[in-house]
Amino acid sequence: MRRAATAVLALTLYGFAVAAPFVPADDAQVLERLPDRSAPQYRDLKRLQASAAAAPDDAASAVALADAYYRISRSEGDPRYLGYAQAALAPWWKNPEAPTAVLVTRATILQSNHEFDRALADLTKAIAREPRNGRALLVRSTVLTVQGKYAEARADCPKLYGLVPEFYVFACTAGIDSLNGRAGPAAATLDRALSSVPATDNAARAWGESLLGEIAQRRGDASAATHFQAALAADPRDLYTLGAYSDWLLDHRRAAEVIPLVQSETRVDALLLRLALAQKALQRPEANATIATLRARFDASRARGDVVHRREESRFQLQLNGDAQSALRLARDNWAVQREPADLRVLAEAAAATGDSGAQEIVRQWLAQTGLEYAEVAAMVGAGGGGRK
Amino acid sequence: MMRRALALLAFAALLASGAALAHKPSDSYLTLAVDGETVTGQWDIALRDLDFALGLDGNQDGAITWGEVKAKHREIAAYALSRLTLGSADARCTPVLREQLIDNHSDGAYAVLRFAATCPAPPRVLEVGYRLFFDIDPQHRGLLNLSTQGATRAGILSVDAPVQQFTLAELGKGEQFIDYVKEGVLHIWTGFDHILFLLSLLLPAVLVRSRIPGVHWTAAPSFNAAFWDVFKVVTAFTVAHSITLSLAALGVISLPSRLTESAIAASVILAALNNVRPVVYGGRWLIAFGFGLIHGFGFASVLTDLGLPQGSLLLALVAFNLGVELGQLAIVAVFLPVAFVLRGTGFYRRGILIGGSLVVVAIAAVWFIERAFNLALF
Repeated sequence: MRRAATAVLALTLYGFAVAAPFVPADDAQVLERLPDRSAPQYRDLKRLQASAAAAPDDAASAVALADAYYRISRSEGDPRYLGYAQAALAPWWKNPEAPTAVLVTRATILQSNHEFDRALADLTKAIAREPRNGRALLVRSTVLTVQGKYAEARADCPKLYGLVPEFYVFACTAGIDSLNGRAGPAAATLDRALSSVPATDNAARAWGESLLGEIAQRRGDASAATHFQAALAADPRDLYTLGAYSDWLLDHRRAAEVIPLVQSETRVDALLLRLALAQKALQRPEANATIATLRARFDASRARGDVVHRREESRFQLQLNGDAQSALRLARDNWAVQREPADLRVLAEAAAATGDSGAQEIVRQWLAQTGLEYAEVAAMVGAGGGGRK
Repeated sequence: MMRRALALLAFAALLASGAALAHKPSDSYLTLAVDGETVTGQWDIALRDLDFALGLDGNQDGAITWGEVKAKHREIAAYALSRLTLGSADARCTPVLREQLIDNHSDGAYAVLRFAATCPAPPRVLEVGYRLFFDIDPQHRGLLNLSTQGATRAGILSVDAPVQQFTLAELGKGEQFIDYVKEGVLHIWTGFDHILFLLSLLLPAVLVRSRIPGVHWTAAPSFNAAFWDVFKVVTAFTVAHSITLSLAALGVISLPSRLTESAIAASVILAALNNVRPVVYGGRWLIAFGFGLIHGFGFASVLTDLGLPQGSLLLALVAFNLGVELGQLAIVAVFLPVAFVLRGTGFYRRGILIGGSLVVVAIAAVWFIERAFNLALF
């Protein structure tokens, strides 16, 4: 089974390498596989499409359809569905005074395209109109966290009481605290919430466990693997956890375990990157083809003027393409936009590889200023113990 | 209520698990090669995108086969080609499909449409209008690669920039110059009002006013005398229309075209009438100069219609003017020897000078009425 999958992958990659238009020999030849349409997220889609089409001016139907597309974009990692979601909101897309529900969904789509400031403007307007809009508060807190504005982000969390299921209130606060010098207490809070707060569904459990996994990983705690595995047990196709766990395995020289995790998700650029890193670490012959595909993806992304892949592209340049200067440039540009621990790590790795003292200083300052506990990053830039413990 | 809470729950979890992990977004690859008036194209469009728009997966089994794609070939071609325009509205190059193939890109299989389009004339600027998928996926992009004469250019067609123009070949300065000279020659040769005006003034050049009562004209004593008379008239006309042509082309003066066109017709009438009932003889060059000023405005409107090249306005002006002069000289070179030979004959003096001028008056009168009153008489 595993060998068969590898063979299919190799063939696909080979197909690209010798790309030339052709006429398939056989009518039965499968050219493309689509995501499984019987999955729950597709089931409602037809109904939502029909009701949105029947009432093109109805914001509620449009928002319901856009949200459905948005969920698929997240679960499949397919940005096409972000475009479909945007199209569903077309009548209101450029209207600054759109209905509140439209503002919130629009902000959700915008932040996925890394348009954080526009997203925040929509959310702030929505919250001014409806101070008790739980989703708007939660999304705003998330966007502010990605931007590294922890104090503002955390201020939205207590407002969530009574508006969203209790677990999310804990996760909101703990997620931010874990980046802000209070990783130990944050992990304890999350642990308690996962075991004690009722009606925690699989998606919430996957999120909580993956947060715990990341905290443990940054603190160099071996329990990380257990948490990532628990997250994947709750949601085996959680793409984010697949990436985070792969990184942990790569760090711990367990590259062989990465390949079965990600080899069926190679459409997702970030997971193709992990596959390439694992293949290279294992000195597999397929590594070259995977790297070629990855390079083609980044080239295509650049050709269309996208900048949302800089975090991954920086790792690609540094670890697979041997171009540390490009890696540093990408990491710096990326850091200007998003400031999650993964972004800091990419910057630290590129700074260490190039010996760029300015970039190293940015990393050291961030660690000191936020109290982020990230032992490996601290070691890379010679910042001692890695934040307050 | 419970359902809503659950929906929010699942939603928030997806949202809060960090920044997006993404596939490659939706792009199509449009390759165009321009050779003369022919544009050949290859358009690679992702099967996933076509499936969302047209439903390629006929049996809904999650796998798109070649058979399923073939069954939709006609629909695919109609859908895609109706969303692409090449050339401007008044010079369309309509693409005609040649074949459909398949190719594998880094993110999956693409339908490959090969087509050819014929433009009305070899385009200097190719306008590409692209509307594929923008209605269903505003984040879709068309990645254009345009090649012509060995040079390639890239463009990103998006919902915010769906129509773009590509200048294919900046003509060299020399080619541009020759182009405008040609246009100048062509304009004087096909602009009958200018020719008739000039000829009307030149007809008497091979003659001199007679002092004999009842006889208006006698033959010019020498070719030299005739030549210098022609030279004065042509030079005055040239200097005058060069002045106004330049002023108008540079935007210093602009007159309504109905006024200048009517005045040009009137100038032809007056110049021809002067041959029938001479009022001015030795000062014909002054008429040439005065009315030449008006003819210059007429030339300028032609030059504006041709489209003045930015950055080489002066070059275009000089070249166009030179063309007009060369065209004039060619006419004079044919006219003068013939008229000089015939100058002693009654045919020339009555038939050509008087009769011809009357015909010119009639023609110009029709122009004048048409132009001044905006009527179509013939």
